[in-house]
Amino acid sequence: MVAPIVKVEPVAIPDSMKQWEGSLEQLRGLVSERAMTGETMLLNMGPHHPSTHGVLRLLLELDGEQIVTCLPDVGYLHTGIEKSIESKSYEKAVPLTDRMDYLAPMSNNMVFALAVEKLTGLDVPERAQVIRVICLELTRINSHLVWLGTHALDMGAMSVFLYCFREREYLLDMFEMLSGQRLMGSYIRPGGVWRDLPAEFMPALERFINYFPGKVDDYEKILTNNPLWIDRTQGIGVIEPDEGIALGVSGPSLRASGVNWDIRKSQPYSGYEKYDFNVPLGEHGDVYDRFYVRILELRESLKIIQQAMKNVPGGAFRSTNRKFVPPPRAELGRSMEAVIHHFKLWTEGYAAPDQEVFVAIESPRGEIGCYLHGTGGNKPRRAHFKTPSFMHISALGKIAEGHMIADLVGIIGSVDIVLGDSDR
Amino acid sequence: MHIPKALDPVEAVKGAYPNAVLDVVQFRDETTLVIHPQEIVSVARFLRGTNGLIYNYLSDISSVDYFPDYNRPGRFGVCYHLLSMLYTRRIRLKVYLPEDEPVVPTVVNVWPAANWLEREIYDMMGIIFEGHPDLRRVLMPDDWDGHPLRRDAPLGYETVMFSFNVDEINKHKPYAQE
Repeated sequence: MVAPIVKVEPVAIPDSMKQWEGSLEQLRGLVSERAMTGETMLLNMGPHHPSTHGVLRLLLELDGEQIVTCLPDVGYLHTGIEKSIESKSYEKAVPLTDRMDYLAPMSNNMVFALAVEKLTGLDVPERAQVIRVICLELTRINSHLVWLGTHALDMGAMSVFLYCFREREYLLDMFEMLSGQRLMGSYIRPGGVWRDLPAEFMPALERFINYFPGKVDDYEKILTNNPLWIDRTQGIGVIEPDEGIALGVSGPSLRASGVNWDIRKSQPYSGYEKYDFNVPLGEHGDVYDRFYVRILELRESLKIIQQAMKNVPGGAFRSTNRKFVPPPRAELGRSMEAVIHHFKLWTEGYAAPDQEVFVAIESPRGEIGCYLHGTGGNKPRRAHFKTPSFMHISALGKIAEGHMIADLVGIIGSVDIVLGDSDR
Repeated sequence: MHIPKALDPVEAVKGAYPNAVLDVVQFRDETTLVIHPQEIVSVARFLRGTNGLIYNYLSDISSVDYFPDYNRPGRFGVCYHLLSMLYTRRIRLKVYLPEDEPVVPTVVNVWPAANWLEREIYDMMGIIFEGHPDLRRVLMPDDWDGHPLRRDAPLGYETVMFSFNVDEINKHKPYAQE
């Protein structure tokens, strides 16, 4: 039996909807005048393009295959984290910070914890500081592995991706030992860390430290001297040092241009001044240098972890100030004070003064900053995160100008962006 | 290379622009200079370009809304976090803006990094940056109504309709009426 043909009536578009349709006129001033006459082509790249590392939309003005203008458009992953934090007590806001930069959740925890500690004047025990350093450097390795894998995949080297994710699996297992979660553990809390290192963590870290350097050698064997890799990356996407500073580029992307700026060295936090490590610098500021600086950073991170794991001091893993940190479960059965503190902290939280602080640390991607303003009550008035990916995407238009569209893929990969970090 | 001796930023700014500095706040080793909004560009240029100061890197621009308690000079605050890579120190410039006219000159010409940071504040707080080359929304959709990070913007959920606010709610829901 033949199905009856259903005639679909065209739906009238309401007037209020018509004004949403984009027109070329809206782009006047943003793209060149040649686009207005149709001499150059406007091409939409993303937001679901695999090489945009998330949901980044780029509006490209192309002259043949050459990029005349590149207009990044973000916000597809905006989740209102800053707004949500305003309605939560300081302790309960920690899991939200994990969700910003989902490849380096510990760095986000860290910057928020440091801001809360600075605002309230909370102390952090020695042991917690060393555990934090180990976690932060593991996170850096984790983030750089994902970056290396996806960046190489964009450029056509598929095997590196599989190797990097194999090694990352060890790291995620270790994060699971620490916090019970593979990705977003909320392990670093204001006042220290959530719990002490489990017994199986140190042997696992030992195994990883012995195993990983050989794997970095393997990545280098595939890429560092590979003529195809060099051809596609050298001289592409150059960021001049002055330009990088002016545009707010930070982290490995700025160091690849030869700017010796690492917050771990210049404004140390959590005891980074005690460790002996180098800050790798690039020379040309191109895609290749940004790749090589991060490879060297993998090795420097290993060096820091090796020094830290030899000297983990004893003592408390979290501040014992009971006005800010809940007492351990075992104390609740014995002490009335502990019950009161527990109840107060989990119902009301703690108060922070009506003042503002700004803390910046070195995340795997660059400088991540947290601006925190208290109210005098238990919730912040404002929490703002300055994220490296946001700054890097804003600089992308400048960096990509004049390049071929195929090189744009390499440039996006090399500045290392995470859209969750940018959109928050 | 000869590096000039570091100057005290508070004294230097007070000396060069005596009328611009409204207040100086010290909290937990952080210095905040409260600046007159119309003077922000000249003070920024001074801090960036003077020997001994050289605040060459704009770390962050953030905003804060003091609604509903008005014990401050204005409802909104805009904080500029500057960093001197040469002298490894930070400083915060702050301007207070009134509720009915939150307008401040842009610092894009001093630090190009301010471009998207100011766009974000315009998007989230509704603060207008005068002279900004491209003041569009950046995170929220272009047709979004209102500025979500203001303290009087609801956190989420549907607002419950009562007879006193039904018109207000319907105004924001063009499709619900059709």
